[in-house]
Amino acid sequence: MSTPVLDVRGLAFAYPDGHQALFGVDLHVHRGERVALLGPNGAGKTTLVLHLNGILEAGAGSVTISGLPVTRPNHLEIRRRVGIVFQDPDDQLFMPTVRDDVAFGPGNLGLRGAELEARVETALAAVGMSHLADRAPHHLSFGQRRRVAIATVLAMEPEILVLDEPSSNLDPASRRELGELLESLDVTVLMVTHDLPFALQLCERSVVLSDGVVAADGPTRDLLGDGELLHTHRLELPWGFSG
Amino acid sequence: MGAGHGTHLHVEGHSVVHRLPAHTKLVGLVVFVLLVVALPRDAHGLRVATLLVAVGVVAATRVPLRHVASRLVVEVPFVVFALVLPFVATGPQRTIGPVTVSRDGLDAGLALLATATTSVLMAISFATTTSSRDLVRALQHLRVPDRLVQILSFMVRYLGVVGSQAQRMKVARESRGFRARSLGSWPVIASSAGALFIRSYERGERVHLAMMSRGYTGQMPVTDPLSAGRRDWSRALLPSAFAVVALVIGYAA
Repeated sequence: MSTPVLDVRGLAFAYPDGHQALFGVDLHVHRGERVALLGPNGAGKTTLVLHLNGILEAGAGSVTISGLPVTRPNHLEIRRRVGIVFQDPDDQLFMPTVRDDVAFGPGNLGLRGAELEARVETALAAVGMSHLADRAPHHLSFGQRRRVAIATVLAMEPEILVLDEPSSNLDPASRRELGELLESLDVTVLMVTHDLPFALQLCERSVVLSDGVVAADGPTRDLLGDGELLHTHRLELPWGFSG
Repeated sequence: MGAGHGTHLHVEGHSVVHRLPAHTKLVGLVVFVLLVVALPRDAHGLRVATLLVAVGVVAATRVPLRHVASRLVVEVPFVVFALVLPFVATGPQRTIGPVTVSRDGLDAGLALLATATTSVLMAISFATTTSSRDLVRALQHLRVPDRLVQILSFMVRYLGVVGSQAQRMKVARESRGFRARSLGSWPVIASSAGALFIRSYERGERVHLAMMSRGYTGQMPVTDPLSAGRRDWSRALLPSAFAVVALVIGYAA
């Protein structure tokens, strides 16, 4: 098998206050895969995500991105390779205009001039937001802001796109459009979500994280069909969907 | 959502002033104002001349007069002070019609009024023709410390977000029957304000995380640098050139 894009081995982490969030997580994601990371609140999903680009440092175990270990000297390259889209687009979009915001990441990588402009244009075109480039982020709708947030990360040409609750707070039409957008992107995706139908629609494979360990890893359809597994880990399909 | 377009100072346009690079305008504004306040106190004629220059610049922006007039309200405290000054100052007196006022006070009041109006008009022509984004870029270009530029830039971005959060909290309070009527309601408002501070602080932390995730290392990248030619600079500094002439005449006389 080729080198996995994301290779997490025996990752454990405790917060400074002593609360241990992860107890030895193993996770491998290969190029072109779209994987859903499922789990109840407090399972350690966000803690895991913050390890993927070195915001949090592993207490034990390791994280490797396309063969490059996540260590302090590698942070800039790791943060190029791992694009995290946070849940609240207002946290992600902090520059005065959409264009400046999309340029922020590649700008930090040292890109300037025509090359930078091309990156920004391509990323905005990929999410269908080119026409709003000169608008201020706070003048956009929530769905548009989420798309722009994805563009800010795509502009860094990441090897893996990590999305934290991408479908939260979206109306059904925006949620569907986001699904279509994510399907159209040629990029490896790890998607943290509570939205099980959304996971089924987009991700062939799912991983259930519960109490800081990987409790299940397999085809999404099989996991969602296992009523007992879902019940044990406080996961629920919306009313009307049979297990 | 945040404040609408209409409540911002900036007015879209394509006038000569709009098209000048922001940093040249900012330098032009600061230099001009410094020169105007340096004029000798009793040089009323020269002060009126600089006021006319400021009026000319405002006219060149082609911003609707109504918009400029409503922005002039910031000057009111100075106007009040300038009007009071002739009555409270001491020294030789002078009688104008039915009232007797201090001559020094009158001079100082007139000088204050003219200087304030000139400066405010210039500041308005800068503010109405420069977007907040360009202001941030200008400060960055002029090597204002990065920390200060970032604080300003985040303020511009998050004022609306924090404002709408405060508004939602107010609606939530009132939906549970709260009405701010007496001193007794202050603790409630104070704790709301406290909650807002904490939420903003937490948002700040999340924004910082998002910035680091995109490779931020403490310096904002200048992705779209400003540039200005000799022509831009000469246009931006034209009002200051007038002010220099006025200053030379004022001190020579």
